[in-house]
Amino acid sequence: MGNKVEWPLWEVFIRSKQGLNHRHAGSLRAPDEVMAIKNARDVYTRRSEGVSIWVVKAEDVFASDPYEEGPLFEPANTKIYRHPTFYHVPEGVKNL
Amino acid sequence: MENQNIELLDKHFQDKVDQEIKIEPRDYMPDAYRKTLIRQISQHAHSETVGQLPESNWVTRAPSLVRKATLLAKIQDEAGHGLYLYSAAETLGASREDLIDDLHSGKAKYSSIFNYPSLTWADMGAIGWLVDGAAIINQVPLCRTSYDPYARAMVRVCKEESFHQRQGFEIMANLAAGSPEQKEMAQDALNRWWWPAIMMFGPSDAESTHTAQSMKWKIKRHTNDELRQKFIDQAVPQAEFIGLKVPDEHLKFNEETGHYDYGPIDWEEFWSVVKGNGPCNEERVAARKAAKDNGMWVREAAMAYAEKKEKRKVKVS
Repeated sequence: MGNKVEWPLWEVFIRSKQGLNHRHAGSLRAPDEVMAIKNARDVYTRRSEGVSIWVVKAEDVFASDPYEEGPLFEPANTKIYRHPTFYHVPEGVKNL
Repeated sequence: MENQNIELLDKHFQDKVDQEIKIEPRDYMPDAYRKTLIRQISQHAHSETVGQLPESNWVTRAPSLVRKATLLAKIQDEAGHGLYLYSAAETLGASREDLIDDLHSGKAKYSSIFNYPSLTWADMGAIGWLVDGAAIINQVPLCRTSYDPYARAMVRVCKEESFHQRQGFEIMANLAAGSPEQKEMAQDALNRWWWPAIMMFGPSDAESTHTAQSMKWKIKRHTNDELRQKFIDQAVPQAEFIGLKVPDEHLKFNEETGHYDYGPIDWEEFWSVVKGNGPCNEERVAARKAAKDNGMWVREAAMAYAEKKEKRKVKVS
């Protein structure tokens, strides 16, 4: 075994209170999901920052390619009609 | 063709940095930027974990339960800070184990302040007040560093660091207002930790080789001397408030500049300690190495257990 036993890398997501979504807090190393949650509790919630923890193995996170950012998100750029400000509402009209 | 592409990529990268657009883990970055960040972030991480050592020295001898609990909480925070920073370094493609091996082999450095011994209980006060105080001055601007995983780690760290400084100052204030022996112990700790804390900001700007490039890449946001001056301007009135004397006979408030003028720094001592000749260098690295070596059986056992559990899962289905 030697000195190269490396625990898998996990990404940690914390829900800070009911009604909010989980947000990425950082990463940590743990041998399995049980210790990953315990460690996440110790590393990322020492000041009551969380009511719920998700841990995901880093290798299971798939990310969009930053080099493809432009083309990937381009379709939305020319569809300004998705925003309410595109539409003209005559003055005086209420609740629209 | 290859070189032209890299030149373009580097230029685009520098444009982003100039516009304060943050760099994220899988973005293009020059090799040198990646390397210098891995070095800086990992050495910052090493400093946090080694930084636990001078304080753990006094956990069993804290004068009250509250002091013991708060000191433990501070030490626990330092471990947490090390973990945030190792995580940030790993986003750059570094291996945590390799970084730690570099610390143990002496290849990687850590903040030289932790090579000084904690001789009395008052040292807990001096360390919290001055060492964490200096760290805060350094870390607040890093919340705006160009590499955002490092910046985000710094935001967490800064939130936690302020209790550290208050805890230390409270200890010093209480001792300074106590018996003559207690006041003397506080003054002695200040005498021993003041100059090493000043040196935490690194060499003077003229002598700092990394600074120019680091500032161009917006890794570093202020120069060493700027931060050092800020620390002194803040700490001196705090010392005066609790009736302690800063051990610098040249210290004088300059009405014209609005800053404190201070005495010459002993750069020989600084470089000597950085090069490994401080009072505790060997002891610190040995303690870290022992922690890893003696704890390896836990790591192996946990891994073996996890693998066994995994195998059982597959069998059942």
